[in-house]
This record gives sequence, structure tokens and C-alpha cells, in this order.
Amino acid sequence: MADDAFLRIEGVSKTFGSFQAVRDVSLSVSRGEIFALLGGSGCGKTTLLRMLAGFEKPSTGRIYLDGKDMAGVPPWERPVHMMFQSYALFPHMTVEANIAYGLKHEAISKTDRAARVREMLDLVQLTPFAARKPHQISGGQRQRVALARALARQPKLLLLDEPLAALDKKLREHTQFELMSIQERTGVTFIVVTHDQEEAMTLADRIAVMDRGEVRQVGSPTEIYEFPTNRFVASFIGSITSFEAEVRGRTDGLLRLHIPDFGTEVLARDVPSVGEGQKVTLALRPEKIVISKLPAPGTNAVEGVVKDLAYFGKDSLYRITLPSGALVQAHAVNARRGDEGARVADWDDRVWLSFDPASAIVLEA
Amino acid sequence: MNRRPVFLLTVLGFGFAFFYVPILSMIVYSFNASRLATVWGGFSTKWYMSLWSNTQVIDALILSLKIALVSASIATILGTMAAIALVRMGKFRGRTLFSGLTTAPLIMPEVITGVSSLIFFLLLAQWIGWPSQRGFTTITLAHITFSMVFVTTIVQARLLQFDRTIEEAAMDLGSKPWQVLFDITLPVISPAILSGWLLAFTISLDDVVITSFTTGPGSTTLPLLIWSKVKLGVTPDINALATLMVVTVGLCVVIAGIVMNRAEARRLADERLAFRANG
Repeated sequence: MADDAFLRIEGVSKTFGSFQAVRDVSLSVSRGEIFALLGGSGCGKTTLLRMLAGFEKPSTGRIYLDGKDMAGVPPWERPVHMMFQSYALFPHMTVEANIAYGLKHEAISKTDRAARVREMLDLVQLTPFAARKPHQISGGQRQRVALARALARQPKLLLLDEPLAALDKKLREHTQFELMSIQERTGVTFIVVTHDQEEAMTLADRIAVMDRGEVRQVGSPTEIYEFPTNRFVASFIGSITSFEAEVRGRTDGLLRLHIPDFGTEVLARDVPSVGEGQKVTLALRPEKIVISKLPAPGTNAVEGVVKDLAYFGKDSLYRITLPSGALVQAHAVNARRGDEGARVADWDDRVWLSFDPASAIVLEA
Repeated sequence: MNRRPVFLLTVLGFGFAFFYVPILSMIVYSFNASRLATVWGGFSTKWYMSLWSNTQVIDALILSLKIALVSASIATILGTMAAIALVRMGKFRGRTLFSGLTTAPLIMPEVITGVSSLIFFLLLAQWIGWPSQRGFTTITLAHITFSMVFVTTIVQARLLQFDRTIEEAAMDLGSKPWQVLFDITLPVISPAILSGWLLAFTISLDDVVITSFTTGPGSTTLPLLIWSKVKLGVTPDINALATLMVVTVGLCVVIAGIVMNRAEARRLADERLAFRANG
């Protein structure tokens, strides 16, 4: 991994005064990958992006792009282009001139340059708007101009700062797939900064989840969602219900956990690093819990009362109170068509919750 | 029907009268056939005719325009540079002093600026033999020093609300900082620079105090000429000259207003178009 990494970030930190925006981040990104930096506001993802673009200097650590140390390379000499969150289009230039701007620094002929601009306009389907100024086009079109402008010089690395944040929901979904197809066609490595987990999950090949300047986990969307390694990632991506638990031992390759809130023991997928007697957290995703009005067979079951339910159409979210008073969130697909009676359970119904040992997430932290 | 507007309108009327009756009476008396400025002797345009053939007036006008043009242009270049230094160069050593020195002419009494300019030119002439004679050059230099601050103030205000990400975008696309300045920053703030130039131009065009200290024999600007003529009594040709100036300045303001309104209306129409063609 370390050798064929196209972009390598090694122990990068950034301090502004006494505020540490980025703490000891190490990442490697492969060529042609869509890599997402995901986190809430102030988690350091944008600062990291700006260090890649060269607008900020790392306080410590190194950044290597294609084997070359980027320290001391100013933004205008980096083969890295950025698509800004505000798009940052040049207001006094036409769409065409915006896209052509970066090309004036390339040693290519005028006809080649014009051809490249035409190609880019075509790529983002803006040819009819070439002569317009940025204020004469819509938000979605501006976003595409920004993308075409950043791609025109054929960068090795494209940085996208919240690329879809300024678009409305419908346009965002459409643009997401467009971005992916453009990435496939151009083969440029994308680094996407976003606070939107759905955006990161659909766009990215791999995601780095950041919190308070640190990378908490790196992995594919599936890894991040199904196998979070800590509580922050588990609760930031999707939703979870978590319980205190104590390791009691191992049975048939599964971990035996005592859950005070359940009053019983449950079985969970083994985590080799935990030992007997250790306090851990059991996290359950709402959709991994099965709700039933009949007593569920097997060990991983607990009884409760439906306190609340929210009907979304295709599915419903239930909030169930356990005898201990703890609340559990569970999802159920509304597989049968019908009125209220067709639901799995109703308000104040007694229900049994059960889950597969493989679906239980055991977290040490 | 309604009492309040009557009172308000009366106050408004008095206010406007205070401002504009003098100018209106000047315009009316510029068409006075009589030589006596305060006695109406019938309608005539003869003072305008005599103005046209008065080489003294024409020469003064040309000199004033030349000074205003040159001093406004140089003040704009220097003032813009000062604004960029103040806004963009962070907290460099002596920034506060530089800022103070740049804006000092704004609050300095004009007489002081005039006298000190005069003394400075006299000393210079003694030491290095230049300027041997005061006139176009000395007036222009003095005008630059006091009109530069207006350009700096306007451009500085514009730069403070400038979206720096578009400069970063240009840098990101391969432009060195000086290229960014000429490709992006200056074109975007050009309306502010232009209005700074216009302000410097008009200030130079109607300055009397500083000009009178830094002028020399044979270099009479239009305001100086009017001033010296009025000292001998107000004559109808002065009225005619002043009327022409009022009309010219008024026309400029109206035209600038129309142009700006049209640009704004076009921009709004464009945006509506963009929303309709949303996609």
C-alpha cells in the first residue's frame, strides 16, 4: 500500500495559534480513487484539503504526491486543482474564459487550447452557455463550470470542497452520479470533503471519518458502516443504539456479553482484542433488529414496549422501552400493504426484539 | 386632508430652496442682457458667446482639465497601491504609521497642505534648482497628494469585502500572485478604482485653496480665474461660466446614473433568465 500510494500524507498536523485543527493525520490514497474526508464542521477536513492544495503549510508532517514531496511547492506549481465550495468563479469572465483560464499557463497552441475548452464544455454539457457570465447561469450550471475549470488542466489530483452542498436535493442526486461518471471518464484521483454521510457513501471508494482534527477510521463505505471501530464512527454514520456490556467469555467463536439493560447475556461477533471481564459497548443498528409480537427463539432477544413509532411509508422507525427504561431504535420494512393493522406493532404493544450475533457491533471505546 | 405632509413638505421646500435658489438665480441671471449682475435687463445669450471667444477662460479650462486628468490618474495608481498594501499585506512593520500618513490629508486643513506644499517647493528650488517656476507640475503634484487618499479609502473599502477565494482559485489554476492581481483582483475592483478616479478628478477640477498656493505666473486654473474675477465684482459672464459647469457636472451625474441603472436592470433580467433555464 505504502509503495503504490499515489498520495501519501504522513503525520500531518496543523496548528492555528493555540488551536490544533489537524492532529497527526496519516493517509494514503491510490491513483484513480474517489476518497472522501467525512466529518462535522470544525473537524479539520477543509484544513487538510487546503494543505493538499498548498494554501496552508502543515505545522508538522509531510505530503507526498506521486512520490514527490510537496513541502515548499506553492499552489500555482502543484498539479492539484480544487473545486471550491462557493465555486469561486471569476465574475468578470465568461464561462468559456473561466474554463480556459488555467490553460494559459500551459505551453500548448491556441487551437489545442480551444479544443480542450470545447472538450470540457462538452464534458459538463455547457456548450450553449459558453458566452454567459457566471451570474447569468443557474447554481447547478455554476457547479459544472467550476468542475470543468478545475479539470481543464488535467490535474493529477482534484480536490472537491463540499461539491454538492449548494445544490438542492434533487439536483444533488443527479450531480452525484454525474461526478462519478466524469471521474471514471477522466481517471483523475478525487478527494472529496463533505459533511454529508450519504454523499460520502455513494461517491467514495474509501472514506476517512474525521473528528476534532483526527482521523477516526478509514475504510470502504461498507467497512465504515458495518464494522465501525469506535463509538464516534458508529454513531456518526447512520444511527445506533448502544448499551454498556461486560465480556463474560467465548462460546462457539462468539463473544458472550452481559448487558445490564437486557438483564441477560447475548452473543456477538468476536473481537479478538477484548478479554474476559472487560467493559465494552454493544452497538445495534436499527435495521438489524427484528421486531416480533411473538417470543423470539434463540438467545439474542429482549422484551419491550413500543413507546413511539414513526411511519415513513416504505418503513417505520420504532422506539421501544426495555424494562430497565433504556430506549432501543428499530427499523421495520412495511412489507405488507394495508392500514395501521398491517404494521409489525403498534403503540404500547409488547414486542420481542432480536438480532443476529453477526450484526452486533462490539466497540472497545 | 392630512396635516403631516404639509408640514414636512414645507420643511423640505425650505431646505431645497436654501440649496438651489442661489444656483437657479445664477442660471437665470446668466441670461441677463444687462451688464449689472443684479438688474434684469431682458433675455440674452450674449455672455455665453463672449465666453466662447474669451481665450483666458478657454486656456484656464484646458489647464484645469489637464491637471485634473494627470493628477487623478497618478493618484489612482498610487492610491490603489496603498489600499492593496493596507488590506493585503497583513500586519507589516509600520502599518499603523503608513495608514495614518496615507489618510492624514483627509483631515489636514487645506490651507496647511497648501502652505507646506508651497514652502516645500520653494526649498526644493533653492537646493536643487527645481522647480524653477511654479505652475502645471507643482499644482499637479500637490493635487496628487491630497486626492490620493480618496482613492485609497474607496479601494480599501472594496478590497475589504472582496471574496478572496476567487484569488485562491486563480492561484490554484497556476497563476502567480502578481498574475492574480492583474487577471482577477484589479478587473473585479475596477468599478471602485474608476469611482476613485472620478472623485479625484472632480476634487482636482474645483480646488481653489491648494492650487492658489502652488500656482505660479501664467498658470491660472478655471476656479482660480473665477475667484479672481469675482473679486472685481460678479459679472454676467461668470454666471454663464458657472452655469455651464453646473450643467456639465449635472449631465455627467445623470448619465452615470442611467448607465448604472441599466447595468443593474440587465443583471436582474439575466438572473431571472438563469433561474428559468435552471438545469
